[in-house]
Amino acid sequence: MRSGAAKGVEGREGTCGMPVPPDGEGERAASRGPRPLVAIIRTGTANLASVVAAFERLGCETRLTTDAAVVANAPLVVLPGVGAFGAGMSALQAGGLARAVIERATSAKPLLAVCLGLQLLCEESEESPGVAGLGIVRGRVTRFTESSGVRVPQLGWNAVTPTPAARVVTCGTAYYANSFKLDKVPPGWEGGMTTHGFPFVAAIERGNVIACQFHPELSGAWGAALLARWVALAKEPASC
Amino acid sequence: MLNKRVIPCLDVRAGRVVKGVQFANLRDAGEPSELAAMYEAQGADEIVMLDVSATLEDRLAAIESVRRIRRALSIPLTVGGGVRTLADAGNLLDAGADRVSVNSAAVHNPAMIDELASRFGTQCIVVAIDAARVPAMGENDAGAEPRRSSGSAGVPVPLTWRVSVRSGSTPVPLEAGAWASQCAARGAGEILLTSIDRDGTGIGYDLELLSHVSSRVSIPVIASGGARVPADLVAALDAGAEAVLVASMLHDRKFTVREIKQTLQDAGRPIREVLT
Repeated sequence: MRSGAAKGVEGREGTCGMPVPPDGEGERAASRGPRPLVAIIRTGTANLASVVAAFERLGCETRLTTDAAVVANAPLVVLPGVGAFGAGMSALQAGGLARAVIERATSAKPLLAVCLGLQLLCEESEESPGVAGLGIVRGRVTRFTESSGVRVPQLGWNAVTPTPAARVVTCGTAYYANSFKLDKVPPGWEGGMTTHGFPFVAAIERGNVIACQFHPELSGAWGAALLARWVALAKEPASC
Repeated sequence: MLNKRVIPCLDVRAGRVVKGVQFANLRDAGEPSELAAMYEAQGADEIVMLDVSATLEDRLAAIESVRRIRRALSIPLTVGGGVRTLADAGNLLDAGADRVSVNSAAVHNPAMIDELASRFGTQCIVVAIDAARVPAMGENDAGAEPRRSSGSAGVPVPLTWRVSVRSGSTPVPLEAGAWASQCAARGAGEILLTSIDRDGTGIGYDLELLSHVSSRVSIPVIASGGARVPADLVAALDAGAEAVLVASMLHDRKFTVREIKQTLQDAGRPIREVLT
């Protein structure tokens, strides 16, 4: 029932540029029956209160974890991230978390990476030269350039324009807080793009894995609807 | 394209929203999480909560206010006021702030900005600057006392802006543009710039101050102090602000966030669409 209700949320999208807010059906539906468990990786660099609050508003149970076994087996796992690339990778290397995240992503179990979390999935970042990322996503993270006439960091609400076959990412406006970004949606992934000076990746998705440069947990009703669609994936067979 | 932000500001003391004129004469304006939720529903892009507590007891109440706001709010929350240490900032972030704002403590110990940025990330650190008009100081000597123009009567005295701490009550020998520039170099992600002269007066933002500071940094600047009507916000954006802080015009129920954003949209400024 839960996944059906969440599809109802999906069905209420407006045309691009005119997102229709969810009517809350997905949120209420998620609170019926057993509460889906969302394990949130505590990397030590992230502010987790907003992520926790967003999932609790959706009726999910949340658990903060640094346990690789939980990351491997929980129905839903979030890789949050605020802070520097190098510090984030150090935290993931401890206790086998990096391996657990990689295995999850390659086995198409539901994984949501947010902001720095997206960047950690990549191969490397200009922010921390010489530090290897998780390498799940092919690509190098680069910094915005002020010479393109924009202020850095990008702080605020910017568009999300989905690629044609995206399932979780829809048209809308999301909240971003970043100085670094991925420039292109890698081959084999869908997602969405936006622009700050130059185009960059708003989000990428492949099967049950979604990584957002924006903060869905801070993106109002539109962000809540995106999270509800991702939660609903846990009830569906993996499609990778 | 990045949208301009409209940010309601909640000055909170002892668990209540208060609003004063020129940092004094505080009036009660409601319960923080209720107001925050109402402003989100009206289309606010972010909420700023400034803890203006005078006592330790009130400060503990402010942490509880942050928790309550966080549970209700699905847009970003910036919290400032009384952040003295990294631990203070960490406590606010744990309670549910997405960003912290630091003011007096950064003036007294600028290296604190570097430490905050390296610990929590640049995007997480807002430096609040309260500044007032003074006759121009000498070039590049922010430490000097203001020097009056020696010109004859009738010659305009060059203006600059001097930073104050302790809620605007204590001037310090810092020039606002130079201080903002230093904050950015140390890792601040945004400047919250309040005109002490205009705060709560309703005579419009200090546009010259905004232009002066925003042209000296490449991080975003939030305009604060003096808005009376939505057209004042348009002027602030044109003067270089990326975002506008509003308090009195909302708390006094003169305008809704929706009305303000409609004005910005009608004026052709990029804003996040207000959903109806």
